[in-house]
Amino acid sequence: MASGDMAASGAGVEDNYLTHSHGFKSWFFTLDHKRIGLMYLVSILTAFFLGGVFALLVRTELLTPGKTIMDAETYNRMFTLHGAAMIFLFIIPGIPAALGNFVLPIMLGAKDVAFPRLNLFSYHLYVAGAIFALASIAMGGVDTGWTFYTPYSTTTNSHVIAMTLGAFILGFSSIFTGLNFIVTIHKLRPAGMTWFKMPLFLWALYGTAIIQVLATPVLGITLLLLIVERALGVGIFDPALGGDPVLYQHFFWFYSHPAVYIMILPGMGIISELVSVFSRKHIFGYKFIAYSSIAIAVLGFLVWGHHMFTSGQSAMMNMIFSALTFSVAIPSAIKVFNWLATMYKGAIHLDTPMLYALSFIFLFGIGGLTGLFLGALAVDVHLHDTYFIVAHFHYTMMGGTVIAFLGGLHYWWPKMFGRMYNETLGRIACLIIFVGFNTTFFTQFIMGSHGMPRRYYNYVPQFTPYHRLSTWGSYLMAVGFFLMAGYLLHSLFRGRKAPVNPWGSATLEWQTSSPPPHDNFPEAPAVGDPYDFSNLEYDPSLPGYRRRGGPKA
Amino acid sequence: MSFELGMMAAAGETGGSFWMPPEISTSAAGVDWIFYFIFWISLFFFLLIVGLMTYFVVRYRRPKGVEAEGAPSHNMVLEVTWSVIPLILVIVIFYLGFKGFMDLFTSPQNAYEVLVTGQKWKWLFQYPNGYVDENLHVPVDVPVRLVMSSEDVIHSLYIPAFRVKRDVVPGRYTKAWFQATQAGDYQIFCAEYCGKSHSDMLAKVVVEKPGDFEKWLEKASNFLDTMPPAEAGARLYKTRGCAQCHSIDGTSGIGPTFKGVFGETVVMVGGAKVAVDENYLRESINEPQVRVVAGYQPVMPTFKGRLKDKEITAIIEYIKSLER
Ligand code: HEC
Ligand SMILES: [Cu+2]
Ligand SMILES: [Cu+2]
Repeated sequence: MASGDMAASGAGVEDNYLTHSHGFKSWFFTLDHKRIGLMYLVSILTAFFLGGVFALLVRTELLTPGKTIMDAETYNRMFTLHGAAMIFLFIIPGIPAALGNFVLPIMLGAKDVAFPRLNLFSYHLYVAGAIFALASIAMGGVDTGWTFYTPYSTTTNSHVIAMTLGAFILGFSSIFTGLNFIVTIHKLRPAGMTWFKMPLFLWALYGTAIIQVLATPVLGITLLLLIVERALGVGIFDPALGGDPVLYQHFFWFYSHPAVYIMILPGMGIISELVSVFSRKHIFGYKFIAYSSIAIAVLGFLVWGHHMFTSGQSAMMNMIFSALTFSVAIPSAIKVFNWLATMYKGAIHLDTPMLYALSFIFLFGIGGLTGLFLGALAVDVHLHDTYFIVAHFHYTMMGGTVIAFLGGLHYWWPKMFGRMYNETLGRIACLIIFVGFNTTFFTQFIMGSHGMPRRYYNYVPQFTPYHRLSTWGSYLMAVGFFLMAGYLLHSLFRGRKAPVNPWGSATLEWQTSSPPPHDNFPEAPAVGDPYDFSNLEYDPSLPGYRRRGGPKA
Repeated sequence: MSFELGMMAAAGETGGSFWMPPEISTSAAGVDWIFYFIFWISLFFFLLIVGLMTYFVVRYRRPKGVEAEGAPSHNMVLEVTWSVIPLILVIVIFYLGFKGFMDLFTSPQNAYEVLVTGQKWKWLFQYPNGYVDENLHVPVDVPVRLVMSSEDVIHSLYIPAFRVKRDVVPGRYTKAWFQATQAGDYQIFCAEYCGKSHSDMLAKVVVEKPGDFEKWLEKASNFLDTMPPAEAGARLYKTRGCAQCHSIDGTSGIGPTFKGVFGETVVMVGGAKVAVDENYLRESINEPQVRVVAGYQPVMPTFKGRLKDKEITAIIEYIKSLER
């Protein structure tokens, strides 16, 4: 502890993981989970930037019906690349591989993950997968949508094989990360940290890892079959070759529905941490939240058919999948109510991470509730493949996962880099993104329920005002993100030095210095209840928290 | 911004509600009822969640250093309650959705049947008498069943005003049905992404007044007698599949373009030169393999017996009209 507090007061320049060694190799071949996490962070943020640029191009094209800035074939490539980059390169690895890698071992008071070499290998696979994806873009891109539906994907002349090969490799990166996390959580918990004394973020990562390990191989096989069909003309999905195109959809969604929980579960885990810390109160209903993570992970495997309600599958299948889909609503609802109950009689601090947590509850609330419309068979028939769906999954994936990711990023930023960002700008950016987001996507609910189909380059004039408003919202969002990029980068050079525990959290990563030393902890941290804040007191001179009775700054 | 919002109200279709397009089929009202049922429940919960959140933020916001007064960190009764109430509600919603779906799914025995073909990027509707049209004409107040299949990739037939959507899959038949309740023109979209002109794969449902449908069908089916031949030929060009391989804008596809071909001299496989006249065109349609244009594969199907003489004449007139 003492050493940590000294670093916080800036009393001595210490060895930390950032300065521990130098040079490209010391990063690219590091076994340090923190450095790997950081490299992931840089990579996924690059992907997010690219995906964002594609999104802005798509939205700009949609300002007017017909051609605005690009032709139909370019547009089809843009929305495909937007989806593929955002999903495979940003959201899926986002929270687990970037934030999780950095935080998970420290939260456990461990030196590293269980298999550091496998961890590095996962990252290298990620880079290899990304290179394939970029190669396919460089060759002219893919126009199938990120879902690669057959027989379109086996007959189009765009560069499907390079892209699917990329996704295939990325899948393995994801599997290995999951495997690593499962073993780490089982084996490296410190004495005193039983399963039910684990921070909820770890429960969420654990649930996520199970899905990663069990579902991703199916994606791998599916994409491989697709490549085999395309390259060798073996009939699997293409009816012209004797295959079944709907079979592809079953395979694809058998992975890709659980994958939405790979995306959202860790986000929920972050929110559980943030709500408790910034309400200065023990999380409410710990066990319900922990179990609901596992329930979501398990139930998430049984609902894939809800993407095929209009595909012609039997009424019986539709009924079963609809019923199972609704069952996933319950654990999600439980979490939301528990977060609210945590805030009740708390001492709420509206720092930037908390603003993201509140934003999350608002946006994910809409995303989750609109899921009820889509689970209901009769209504889904009308809404399927319209902008209502587009809006729904952006409210869950972006309003949910991305907002939670940003909350987590702002929360752990001081720990990662040892610097504080400008709090005022942080709040302003959060607000701009919130307003921009709702402007962009709420309009899409309305045009969707009025019948605007998705993936449309051209549209009937009736929808013009909605599209315009939506595009303006996306520009506003972009402004928020640029502001964020600005103050975060600025903080790296000019930011105030971060104390050990700026937010007063009780999880273990806040017991070591910011940024942590190479080995995470100079001495084993004291394990306690991750949501008991009674041992922490605020010290305005830091400003931050320190242990009651600990040495003064 | 206010301009945009004003436009939005104005741009709304005639009829319809804030969330939904006008209800033109017998199933639409039922679907909308479920939609609004879920909507009000969702709105209630959303306001509850955001209301509580806002209230807590205002009520319990504290400066740094002030710690929480503390409240229990779990409460079994409360937690079970807020698990069970949503559970009951989703069971109700599931049931309504399923019941409504069975309505959309099961078509009445006596429905009027139209065969639908989806292909990149248009719809073709074939009536019981064999006539094919690019738009779907149906009688009002009569149940209509669509039996659909695709020529290439997956498409999806979507009629928002009827709340009907069904994928159109190659190699199998899918069905949809509806009963229109009001005469007028309504939009048909393709809802499953199918490539370059996916968003232009549009058609209209024309709901005809009682009695008008039969008149329309009879007149339309006799278009060879009532239309100028070149115009009739243009229609056959689109509905009989020529457009898939032959362009009319000068670009070469699977087959040569029709633009300006009449009167030209064309080179055949083997080197023979042929002047394109009526007889050559007729032969090319009836027996395409006899003389194959150089640079193309002999893949054109024969239309002998599939096109009547009168139809072939109309197509030839149409090709003649496409000057360079
Ligand atoms: C499957 C694609 C395909 C379809 C469908 C098709 N054609 Fe062809 N057509 C071809 C090809 C390829 C050629 C050139 C090779 C040949 O002469 O057989 C051709 C040649 C022709 C020619 C000779 C053109 C020239 O420049 O000499 C005519 C006329 C013609 N088609 C008319 C039609 C008409 C009318 C239809 C519709 C009723 C039709 N085709 C449908 C593929 C097709
Ligand atoms: Cu799903
Ligand atoms: Cu289509």
